This record gives sequence, C-alpha cells and structure tokens, in this order.
Amino acid sequence: MVTVLFYTLAAITLATTVLCLTRNNPVHAVLYLVQALFALALLYFMLGAPLLAAWQVILYAGAIMVLFLFVIMLFEPPVADKRTSGRLTHWFFPVMLGGLLLACGGALIAMDPAAKASLSSYWLTPRDYGRALFERYALAVEIISLILLFAAVGAFHLGRRYRSTTKEDVS
Amino acid sequence: MIVPLGHVLILAGLLFVAGLAGVLLRRNLIMILIGVEIMLNAVSLTLVGASAYWRHPDGQLFALLLMAVAAAEVTVALALVIYLKRSRGTLDVNRFDGMKG
Repeated sequence: MVTVLFYTLAAITLATTVLCLTRNNPVHAVLYLVQALFALALLYFMLGAPLLAAWQVILYAGAIMVLFLFVIMLFEPPVADKRTSGRLTHWFFPVMLGGLLLACGGALIAMDPAAKASLSSYWLTPRDYGRALFERYALAVEIISLILLFAAVGAFHLGRRYRSTTKEDVS
Repeated sequence: MIVPLGHVLILAGLLFVAGLAGVLLRRNLIMILIGVEIMLNAVSLTLVGASAYWRHPDGQLFALLLMAVAAAEVTVALALVIYLKRSRGTLDVNRFDGMKG
C-alpha cells in the first residue's frame, strides 16, 4: 500500500515537473511547480521528515513560489516566450547530455548492492530535529542567517530605482 | 516504507535531469530559474532518502540548510531579473550578450 503511494507520488512529481518545464506561460509553470513541491512534501513525509514536509509547503510553495509569482506579475505586458528553442540542434546536446548522465547514474545505482536495501521511514520528530540542528550545527545556522541577510541587502541594492547619479542631481 | 533506496535515487536523478534540460533548453530567464529550483529539490530528495537509509538526522538537517540557501539564491536572482528587465527590456537570455552593465 505504502509502496503504491510512493510510486503514485513519484509519477505525479515527474509529470508536473515536465509539464512545468514545457509551459510557455511562466504563471502556469509556477503553479505546476507548486503542485510538484506538494507531491515532494508528501514524499518527505513518507520518508519520515514531517518537519521538512511542513517547511517544504510553507517555505518553498508558500514563500519562494509566491515571490516568483510576484516578479512575473510585476512585468507588464506579462512575459511569455514564444520561441523556446524550436530547432532540433538546440535539443540534441541537452537531451544527449541528460540521457548520458541518467544512464551513468542508473548504472551506478544498479551496480550498488546498497541501492537494493529497502528503506523504512526514519521518523525524526521536531524535538529531535531541533536538538540535532542546534546542538551540532549552530554555527551553520548562524552562517545561513548571515547569507540570508546578505541576500536581502543585495536584492534591495539591485532592485532600487536609481535616478541619474550626476552631481547636480545629488546636490 | 518498502521502497528500495535505488528507486528514490532514480526519481531524484530524473528530476535533476529534467531541471537540467529546462536550464539548457529554455530561453526565458524565469524558466531557467525554475529549472534551478527543480534541480535543488532533486538534491533535497536525495538527502532525505540518504537520511532514511543511514538512520541519521544529518540528511534532513542539510535539506533544511539547502532550502535556506535556495531562498537566498532566489531573492538575489529575482532582483537581477527585475534589474535586467528594466535595463534591457527583455528576459530572453540570448539577448544578454554584452559585458557592459
């Protein structure tokens, strides 16, 4: 039963990802990606990461994707690219590269005996999660918060609408 | 959960390659960013699977850090998108062929 659920969710994730990447309208693409993220959150939950599943919904689907939607809707007229590399030569190398990458990865997974070991979910409660995070990786949390601060400052700097920076204008 | 680890890895690999193909094939800057997001999610799935395989919390912890880094990356990247749209008037990456800002 659980196995069937896993493969169903995997199929949903893959299908929505492919649909997302083939849309011409970015708004539709983002909405499909949100659905893929929900399916991934359920997969995390099945693998035993309830807190991570909640963050996937709140942070990824809730915050990051809404940021994408804001930026897309800022543009007037809405962006939609008609020309998405229709020529065959554009498709040849990426598809060959991706296929080769997948073939190598699949061969490695097929050769590895550990890959056949069946997974059981490793349930990590929020309490254990918090203990592990703040006891051993407190420094990493600090560094991540600094990175977020730098990103916010950088985004503010880039998004500012500069007037002309001549001397007369300033004074 | 009776799924072999290999199937989780194969799913993550398929997602990663889909995102990579999106990055390489699409010409719209926003679609390229979405491809990057998909690749990051594939890596995150691998980490959660590894966490379940080794019965160790580190994979899940690192998935959270990855999420935070992705948030920072998206913030800066979308600010750049707005900047480029303002200064060049387009989001087609084929048109961004000059070094001068």
